[in-house]
Amino acid sequence: MTTPHASPRETTEGAVYTVTGGDWDEVVRSAAKADDERIVVNMGPQHPSTHGVLRLILEIDGETVTEARCGIGYLHTGIEKNLEYRTWTQGTTFVTRMDYLTSFYNETAYCLGVEKLLGITDQIPDRASVIRVLLMELNRLSSHLVCIATGGMELGATTIMIYGFRDREMILDLYELITGLRMNHAYIRPGGLAQDLPPGAVDAVREFVKTMKKNLPEYDKLATGNPIFKARMQDVGYLDLTGCMALGATGPILRSAGLPHDLRKTDPYCGYEEYDFEVPTADTCDSYGRFLIRLEEMRQSLRIVEQCLDRLEPGAVMVADKKIAWPAQLALGTDGLGNSLDHIKKIMGTSMEALIHHFKLVTEGFRVPPGQAYAAVESPKGELGAHVVSDGGTRPYRVHFRDPSFTNLQAMAAMCEGGQVADVIVAVASIDPVMGGVDR
Amino acid sequence: MGLEEKLPSGFLLTTVEQAAGWVRKASVFPATFGLACCAIEMMTTGAGRYDLARFGMEVFRGSPRQADLMIVAGRVSQKMAPVLRQVYDQMPNPKWVISMGVCASSGGMFNNYAIVQGVDHIVPVDIYLPGCPPRPEMLIDAILKLHQKIQTSKLGVNAEEAAREAEEAALKALPTIELKGLLR
Amino acid sequence: MSDETPNPDKDLSAQNLPGQRGDHGEEVRVQRGMFGAQSGGDTSGYGGLVRSIRLPGPATRPYGGWFDEVADELEGALEEQGLLPSSAIEKTVVDRGELTFHVEREHLVRTARTLRDDPALRFELCTGVSGVHYPHDKGRELHAVYHLRSLTHGRTIRLEVSAPDTDPRIPSLVAVYPTNDWHERETYDFFGIVFDGHPALTRIMMPDDWQGHPQRKDYPLGGIAVEYKGAQIPAPDQRRSYS
Repeated sequence: MTTPHASPRETTEGAVYTVTGGDWDEVVRSAAKADDERIVVNMGPQHPSTHGVLRLILEIDGETVTEARCGIGYLHTGIEKNLEYRTWTQGTTFVTRMDYLTSFYNETAYCLGVEKLLGITDQIPDRASVIRVLLMELNRLSSHLVCIATGGMELGATTIMIYGFRDREMILDLYELITGLRMNHAYIRPGGLAQDLPPGAVDAVREFVKTMKKNLPEYDKLATGNPIFKARMQDVGYLDLTGCMALGATGPILRSAGLPHDLRKTDPYCGYEEYDFEVPTADTCDSYGRFLIRLEEMRQSLRIVEQCLDRLEPGAVMVADKKIAWPAQLALGTDGLGNSLDHIKKIMGTSMEALIHHFKLVTEGFRVPPGQAYAAVESPKGELGAHVVSDGGTRPYRVHFRDPSFTNLQAMAAMCEGGQVADVIVAVASIDPVMGGVDR
Repeated sequence: MGLEEKLPSGFLLTTVEQAAGWVRKASVFPATFGLACCAIEMMTTGAGRYDLARFGMEVFRGSPRQADLMIVAGRVSQKMAPVLRQVYDQMPNPKWVISMGVCASSGGMFNNYAIVQGVDHIVPVDIYLPGCPPRPEMLIDAILKLHQKIQTSKLGVNAEEAAREAEEAALKALPTIELKGLLR
Repeated sequence: MSDETPNPDKDLSAQNLPGQRGDHGEEVRVQRGMFGAQSGGDTSGYGGLVRSIRLPGPATRPYGGWFDEVADELEGALEEQGLLPSSAIEKTVVDRGELTFHVEREHLVRTARTLRDDPALRFELCTGVSGVHYPHDKGRELHAVYHLRSLTHGRTIRLEVSAPDTDPRIPSLVAVYPTNDWHERETYDFFGIVFDGHPALTRIMMPDDWQGHPQRKDYPLGGIAVEYKGAQIPAPDQRRSYS
């Protein structure tokens, strides 16, 4: 500590000090003596190789990751709080934006919860349930396609990214035809659906299934046997069954550890018990196994979609209870907006009471008896649960989403520590976290 | 910014302006700033069907130091705001910002404690793009509008003059609440 | 479940609609008026409305289905450990086909461990914790709700633990269910519930220097009024409400 201060050295840019003495010398000496190459690397929250705004903090020794931690919350949107200031029906508009790649699952989990609170689970029309299943399975396809596409891109394989987005576009076209929107649909509502399938939708879905059956083997040809792909994915991101259970990992991660746990089989909802499909598993516990499971799940989803189409029968898509169901069948007016003209004619011209009822139901909403319910669906990423609490009002008292991405992301440290830096990317891609769901 | 900023105003400068704008608009390098739903549509725009490569923009730069366009795609949280500003500061001049989607433009439906109510609180925005999320066609339209803006942007003393004029106009502008007439 | 003894807690028929529950269940708050007008300017005729908000109350045996089996096994297993079931389980609620155990917080960890390890129970998977804030439920304002899933038996139950606002401490379940690590951090961040024994209880969603716990009921939504041409729309939490 007695060493003199650094003496200034004059340069054209002003005085320059070279720091010597004090603690700094010790730091430099000890750093020079230490023969390891331990450094702490911060990745993100804005980085091309992470899914969204995920921040990874890695302590690396040479190329080996000794410690890995996640920083999340960079996309925290306060959706759960916002829900408390909107009616139960408006809630779907918010939840659909949580995990934006699995919109229909968020909506279904929320609506199943609200329906359980209302006690109308048994009254949901069959057609509504079949269309929900149809859309959810299409959604599984589109979500897995994004996972495989971006996962490939993060490995440097741009071709598979183009493939994935090419096929996803076709699904988005179907969404647009059915719900009017490419993403963030708010189509599934408490009690049923916002509206029926438009004319031509069934044919369009059939056409899509045909095309997709042709396209799916291309992923096999491109990636499954690809030696580089296998070398990057096999034995990377290892998490065995014990780890999965302790960390609460569900979805493809759990199934890659060999346990065929799928809520569609073990705790069916929306009539899943009547569909014929298989739950693929792997016993490799690694990223490659998860990739194969996702591919196989897409094939199974196509099977379910076909069964849905055969099962579709004409009928209502909303509960009969007029205190819950919005009265109108939405239909496009000449101005591109609006409501069914027949309905407007009726409420404006002939029935004052219908007008009042419509107004009250849309602005004030329906009341839900006090209590709480938990509804869970098997989203492409795992168990997506909605804990819905009502205090008897027209707005949710509290809605909490148990998002699979959030829970599965905790496994990142267990998968990455001890591996190589480059494998961190592969492991995170195999978890397939979507930050909208993680942070909500 | 280099030599072109030091040119004397007049005929030479306007000619250089045109040339520089033409060159600049044809080689815009976007930084990846995907945040939420809009980021997926931004990726879609880069992929096969919409093919941003037609506008020479398919290469999204991971490093802000190699980028000159920031497409803020999605909701900006209070926690993300300082990061966003830092990334913006790291980008070299000249640089542009597209605020993609209503959340980035105004906070949108998330009018709450967690979300910054408009990214223009943090960085200057050149193009506001509405939609939740905007379709890829809308993003391409925004990019083409930005190209126009880049083409006609000024240099040197002319740029200072334009900035002064814009500030004066902004100071004179009526607040939204005092505007009259039809919504448009 | 219709062939069993009538149980008012499970009955979902019309008599359970709000306002018709009578004095059944547990009062969490009293609602006065309807449109949020406090200054006496309410001419709607609903200003004098007084309605008590009641959550489903404790159920009586039999609970129905496998609920009795789980309850018996849990009580038996707790007794084996020398713990009186009535001191650990405050009450059992059966509502809408779901079984909820309200557990005293000091016995939470032992109850959860029993639920996980007992071969007849085997609730291996915890789906995290969800906080709920009931500011008017004096002495038990903060609730932590856990959903446990048994893959072996294909069952789901709910544990509910409450803590007063003045002493917001609940023992951490990370030792039993490591998956609760982030979930408890999230609940701490949003509700200020301190999970004793958590390895690193820090904020997870909000910035580290954030003030307050934003999803509590006494924390405002934080929206701003939105200006339009010639009009201003207040933030969602400043508007008139019907409930």
